[in-house]
Amino acid sequence: MSAPPALLQVRDLNVRMPTPAGTLHVVRGVTFGVQPGEMLGLVGESGSGKSVTLRALMGLYRRPVTVSGTVEFAGQDLLRASEAQWQATRGAQIGMIFQEPMSALNPVLTVGTQIMENLRTHRGLRGRAAAERAAELLDLTGIPSPRARLNDYPHQFSGGMRQRAMIAIALASEPRLLLADEPTTALDVTIQDQILRLLLRLREELNMSVILVTHDLGVIAQTCDRVAVMYGGRLMETAPVGALFREPRHAYSLGLLRSLPGSGARRAPLQPIPGGPPNLLALPPGCAFSPRCAYASGACLGAEPPLVPVAPDRASACVHAAALPSLTGEVSA
Amino acid sequence: MRRGMHSHYVLKRLLQIIPTFLAVMLVVFLLVRLLPGDPASAILGDRATADIVERTNRQLGLDQPLPTQFALFVWNLLQGNLGDSISLKVPVLRLIGERLPVTLFLTVYAAALGLLLAVPLAVLAAVRRNTWVDALIRGVFQVGLSLPVFYVALQLLTLLGARLGWFPIGGYGSGTLGHLYHLFLPALTLGLNLAAVLVRTLRSSVIEVITAEYVEFARAKGLRPRLIMTRHVLRNALIPTVTLLGLNIGALIGGAVITETVFAIPGVGRLMVDAIFGRDYPVIQGLTLTFAVIVSLVFLLTDLIHARLDPRTELS
Repeated sequence: MSAPPALLQVRDLNVRMPTPAGTLHVVRGVTFGVQPGEMLGLVGESGSGKSVTLRALMGLYRRPVTVSGTVEFAGQDLLRASEAQWQATRGAQIGMIFQEPMSALNPVLTVGTQIMENLRTHRGLRGRAAAERAAELLDLTGIPSPRARLNDYPHQFSGGMRQRAMIAIALASEPRLLLADEPTTALDVTIQDQILRLLLRLREELNMSVILVTHDLGVIAQTCDRVAVMYGGRLMETAPVGALFREPRHAYSLGLLRSLPGSGARRAPLQPIPGGPPNLLALPPGCAFSPRCAYASGACLGAEPPLVPVAPDRASACVHAAALPSLTGEVSA
Repeated sequence: MRRGMHSHYVLKRLLQIIPTFLAVMLVVFLLVRLLPGDPASAILGDRATADIVERTNRQLGLDQPLPTQFALFVWNLLQGNLGDSISLKVPVLRLIGERLPVTLFLTVYAAALGLLLAVPLAVLAAVRRNTWVDALIRGVFQVGLSLPVFYVALQLLTLLGARLGWFPIGGYGSGTLGHLYHLFLPALTLGLNLAAVLVRTLRSSVIEVITAEYVEFARAKGLRPRLIMTRHVLRNALIPTVTLLGLNIGALIGGAVITETVFAIPGVGRLMVDAIFGRDYPVIQGLTLTFAVIVSLVFLLTDLIHARLDPRTELS
């Protein structure tokens, strides 16, 4: 991974949340990078720590939650940044969109106001110039008659339109990195497809990097360049999308892919992963996935396997990385 | 189109006040006559002979059967005549016209002080929730809520008025500044009581809003904390508070009756107390109707403000 300088380089990110039952170590030593213009998928079951990772990158956590490690963005460590530096970065150079636009948009402010407050804070635009730009942004995200819709409230938009509006808000500051937290999960399939196409188009047009958090490998396959698989707060595997789908190098990735419905001739019985997400307060010794893993052996149970390079541009935290079957072979067999 | 719908709604609501008004008229008319004693004995004292009492009652029209009296009351009212005060011998309407501005001034002043106390303290309690700051603010107002208005009034009067001499112990003063100065203690009395009610609701709605996803989104947009607090948090959290404030206007006017008596303020509250003791039927009736109209109008205003603050509201 001695690639060109990354736009974002996360090293050993840890997030701890105190709860009455004990401190939850929600994100455990996560390390990954995002190249300029790259679309990285962060995939995992709910509770795997993927959304928490995004929020930690954005500096949205406050005490008693603690975040440690380094988050280097454009050469600056955000976790050690001053409030002024954060102000110039959060929402400005890094934008974020949420899963449920109905609850992420303020119900009592017009969509126009919610775009224009961004333009004012980060671009210094106000008055007519701000309104013009806000309409342009709505137009960019494919909202018809954008000028008239500036005065509408979020509840007057349809689900898909609301998600477009939220994207327009996040794009107002022309961010270099967009964090998208399950942006299509709340939408029906056709709208989901439109929003994903929109993100791809915007990535091209604005040369943004995107981190897309999702639990849906189908979404990753459709949009991302690279993928990072999370489980129990740790990265299990990072790989280019095509390589991961052909040859998963982690037993958990393999399990995820096998539980995915294929299409047409590739139809094979679904193989769900037995068991449920791990309890972060009582993690097993060694690999967190081992209790559910078909390949688990004594080697998995000692120390937690580190994420190590297994091929050019690929890393895995699986003891059995080399022994896993390739999926194309299995399907044709 | 929206504006047109609003004026239609306002007209409908105003028309709805009429039946309320009629019901209040009937109840008040009967209630005052259920009070033990009657105007004649109140005017004439204990030792008046039955003969004189009967003559006075005839002069006042109180010897007529109740339906006749009521019909006369309604008939006069339709002509904008609330009758004359029995003890003061002047038209009730003029009395109310003179005294009402004093009470309205006091009520608005008290509401302003109440909000001025409640909003920052509720926000502070919400932001520092479950700390000693929160516990202190909630504790103080919990105690305040359980103390009767007259008790708080007397304590403020004794301490800040009589002992420290910072504020006058009664009267209305002259000019706006004079009113503000003279009415400070009574307005504070009522304001504290109101704030105690508002702080609880406002604190919990601020907590609810602070943890809402749209506030997290606002933070992710990199907006300044002050803008987030005012535009995104307070703007939403105040919506239920406005409704609560409107609902408490009746209580505030009720409190004004007691407060005006303690602080010797020439408002309608004191007029009401005097009228009740003097069995001054026309004044009691006139004042109650006035209160009913004020409360109805405030409710209407509250609904309109609510619709303005929350665009999801549908007025119908």
